[in-house]
Amino acid sequence: MYAFDFEKPSSIAEAVAALKDEDAQALSGGQTLLPTLKQRLASPSKLVSLGGIAEMQGICHNDAGQICIGAATPHARVAAEVAANYPALAALAGGIGDPAVRNRGTIGGSLANNDPSACYPSAALASGAVIVTNARQIAADDYFQGMFATALEEGEIITEVRFPVPQSAAYVKFEQPASRFALVGVFVARFADGVRVAVTGASENGVFRWAEAEAALSANFAADALDGLALPADGMIADLHGSAAYRAHLVGVLTKRAVTNAA
Amino acid sequence: MPKDSGIGASSKRREDIRFLTGAGNYTDDINVYGQAYVHFLRSDVAHGRIVSIDTDAAAAMPGVVRVFTGADFASVGGLPCGWQVTDRFGQPMQEPAHPVLAQGKVRHVGDPIAAVVAESPEQARDAAEAISVEIEELPAVVDMKAALSADAPKVHDDLTSNLCYDWGFVEENKDAVAAAFEKAAHVTTLELVNQRLVANPMEPRVAVGDYSRATDESTLYTTSQNPHVIRLLMGAFVLGIPEHKLRVVAPDVGGGFGTKIFHYAEEAFCTFAARQLARAVKWTSSRSEAFMSDAHGRDHVTKIELALDADNNFTALRTETYANMGAYLSTFAPSVPTWLHGTLMAGTYKTPLIYVNVKAVFTNTVPVDAYRGAGRPEATYQLERVIDKAARELGVDPIALRRQNFITQFPYATPVAVEYDTGDYHATMDKLEEIADLAGFEARLAESKARGKLRGLGVNCYIEACGIAPSNLVGQLGARAGLYESATVRVNATGSISVMTGSHSHGQGHETAFPQVVADMLGIDESMIDIVHGDTARTPMGMGTYGSRSLAVGGSAMVKATNKIIAKAKKIAAHLLEASEADIELKDGQFSVAGTDKSVAWGDVTLAAYVPHNYPLEDMEPGLEETAFYDPSNFTYPSGAYACEVEVDPDTGRVTVERFAAADDFGNIVNPMIVSGQVHGGLAQGIGQALLEGAVYDENGQLLTGSYMDYAMPRASDLPFYTVDHSCSTPCTHNPLGVKGCGEAGAIGSPPAVVNAVVDALRRQGHDITHIDMPLSPSRVWAAMQGE
Repeated sequence: MYAFDFEKPSSIAEAVAALKDEDAQALSGGQTLLPTLKQRLASPSKLVSLGGIAEMQGICHNDAGQICIGAATPHARVAAEVAANYPALAALAGGIGDPAVRNRGTIGGSLANNDPSACYPSAALASGAVIVTNARQIAADDYFQGMFATALEEGEIITEVRFPVPQSAAYVKFEQPASRFALVGVFVARFADGVRVAVTGASENGVFRWAEAEAALSANFAADALDGLALPADGMIADLHGSAAYRAHLVGVLTKRAVTNAA
Repeated sequence: MPKDSGIGASSKRREDIRFLTGAGNYTDDINVYGQAYVHFLRSDVAHGRIVSIDTDAAAAMPGVVRVFTGADFASVGGLPCGWQVTDRFGQPMQEPAHPVLAQGKVRHVGDPIAAVVAESPEQARDAAEAISVEIEELPAVVDMKAALSADAPKVHDDLTSNLCYDWGFVEENKDAVAAAFEKAAHVTTLELVNQRLVANPMEPRVAVGDYSRATDESTLYTTSQNPHVIRLLMGAFVLGIPEHKLRVVAPDVGGGFGTKIFHYAEEAFCTFAARQLARAVKWTSSRSEAFMSDAHGRDHVTKIELALDADNNFTALRTETYANMGAYLSTFAPSVPTWLHGTLMAGTYKTPLIYVNVKAVFTNTVPVDAYRGAGRPEATYQLERVIDKAARELGVDPIALRRQNFITQFPYATPVAVEYDTGDYHATMDKLEEIADLAGFEARLAESKARGKLRGLGVNCYIEACGIAPSNLVGQLGARAGLYESATVRVNATGSISVMTGSHSHGQGHETAFPQVVADMLGIDESMIDIVHGDTARTPMGMGTYGSRSLAVGGSAMVKATNKIIAKAKKIAAHLLEASEADIELKDGQFSVAGTDKSVAWGDVTLAAYVPHNYPLEDMEPGLEETAFYDPSNFTYPSGAYACEVEVDPDTGRVTVERFAAADDFGNIVNPMIVSGQVHGGLAQGIGQALLEGAVYDENGQLLTGSYMDYAMPRASDLPFYTVDHSCSTPCTHNPLGVKGCGEAGAIGSPPAVVNAVVDALRRQGHDITHIDMPLSPSRVWAAMQGE
């Protein structure tokens, strides 16, 4: 990696200030950023670690009944601590990467990076989560804006993610054989006012909601409610590991499985 | 009753204590005082003409000791090829130059252009980025058939084409084979790809070159399976350093799988640069570099045809294979698709007429060479796949079709130039049917079906040839090396023993298994014996470890040397016991006079050899140390039968291996636990090839699978619990231990079993599928189910 300056602030305000430098880069768990730096594919002037900010750590519940996860909370902690209240989210967190990744990688880092194959974006979008930053609150529906693209402004830091808890939910991931990222992942969340279905891994535009499936499942929350529904292959990712048609097909298969698991 | 020591005992691997406790001494653990570090600037284009290289800025960077380019190697030889194949027309193969650093052109992504030696690895890398290289990019040739078209760009401008050789085997059989096909009652044809693989040993390659001005001696520490071979090739052909001034050390090596056999540019560079700079130079490969600089494996495209008569007897076999050499000839690359492949095309079957055609092709890709099995997996895969297809076409049981055509008389001279000394293919198939519980398949099929899964069964046989030899024959076939092995047995004064072997252990467990043999012969404890390997300064000239040769060839040399020790020790014992040498018996570490209670212990005899007070000095030299070289009279021929059961998820195409059974005939076995472990590892690699692995280039010669993000290695959860059995034993008839070799069998026999099983599963579901190319990834299997 190239040389860089390093700061580890202890408050969000200090972190925001530190990120004002040109080419400064926020570092959370570093599970994407550090390999990128090691391969010399990025050369930030400064890394601002978010790991020393106590107010970005931990999990609590707010008065609205939402699960509030500090953005610097690692996946392993989410897997352990929300298992009782939001088992689908815990299972998703517990299935990311391997133990080393889960002990370092954070929810805020994952959502800020918005890798099209990452797991967390599907949970945030399907749950209708609120992405809280140092400046504002962003609804998940407004937050994800395409592959590696989000509503975050330059220097804006995710501080917390608030998850409404659905009546039932499930995440089903079909792993890419080499990386074990999601070749396709589907998160289905059933709320009193309707069902939300978010798909990761499949689309050239990153995580997205499958409106037709949501409508069908909101009317009848059963796997066979999806019979006859098919996602077009247009806009799906095509690579070594699967054609666009294969990914579109998998979305249908996994959505059914998620509904079955959630029911 | 299992033995608890000696031959046949499952002695625990003594080397694992240091490996598992972090006490191993790998090449990267070796640091020489004052060493500098090298970083190679590698081509990022597959094919191009080097217009200019400007190293001035790099040379001025902090910590830079020197920047090298191809020009620095103008007076140095290129990397030699160790095997010359003669083509169908009696002409030698086309053999391009292989410079240490690129000269004039770059020919694959990863081809080294320049090298920076600096005080730290980071400084070397920083400076390498400051080298300004102008490359005129040329169209790349990636596809082999396209590379052979008349208007294809040439990888090597000085060759007539991209064809390395067009090999026919046995060329004289060609017309007779064609005639047999004319008369055949049935012909089954199959086109398939044996995909390119990257070996990915856990330890990446490392080289440390050192030089002593005081003695004019060079030392290379390197991740090699055969340090003597590296010393010979690099000393004699590349750098012109005589052996007595060149030491090559291959210490603990973390897996080889073939890819650490070869002599690489980085080794020559570090040795050369250390001499130039009078300073040690170290290179440690990153995993990314490994993907684009370690020799790859396989990469064959084959059409195979099997002719059968009206009674389903195999009457002829014909193959046409395109074998990718990559951009240069790696050390043993030409031998893999020819003598290690064509000679095995008979398999375990009495097909009377066989013709194998292989076109070896240069492309703008990483060189391809031997990888676990080296030619035999390619032979086995195509043969066992086409037999499976034939059985389906004829509506006969695939096991029965195989059994009907088994060779049953030994020795058996195949129509492809080799003679199987021994084997019993019905016995291994019988054993397989038992351990795989083939009788219970239908019940398991029903159980899978109840869960919505498609179950399939794949069975096949394999034969392989290990311990490639004899040297005078392989010399006629184009080998530029001998293929004997050596051992020195040094008995110390108190009776402990160091065995210096030319074999090299990089995971095989020699340090445990070899002492078992010597201990058994002498009747002493295994712990009294240590194996010394991996250092040209400490071991006799030997050829190293590959092709499952170590015990069959290296072990035989050790047995010969130990027999010499026993003969001399008996003479000493006879003197001590005042008896006739002919009456001396050695048992349980005691020399005794037959028919008496007079005896002398092993330690007393060894002490007498080195403290020769009471010793026949007038008749015999003191000391107890013997060296033997063993050159086998034939290959060994391990064989076996494998069964795989898979489940296919009809919705996703995902394949899971549910059961895998392997019945192998390895002849005699020294350490059953180590043999099982070797089979387990081989199966993991074979299943990995069948389901997961595959190196893919795009049409511009960019490696799409350049990291573990896209190159899928098998992991524990991809594999089932294996059932392995090696109780079927027809001992090798021509080596003293009766052993055959077991290191590659699993990787040779398993890919067709997996593919046969998947095809079986899909056909049972009504899919009209005859073949899917490896790796059988979920997307490929699903596409096949869609009729694509």
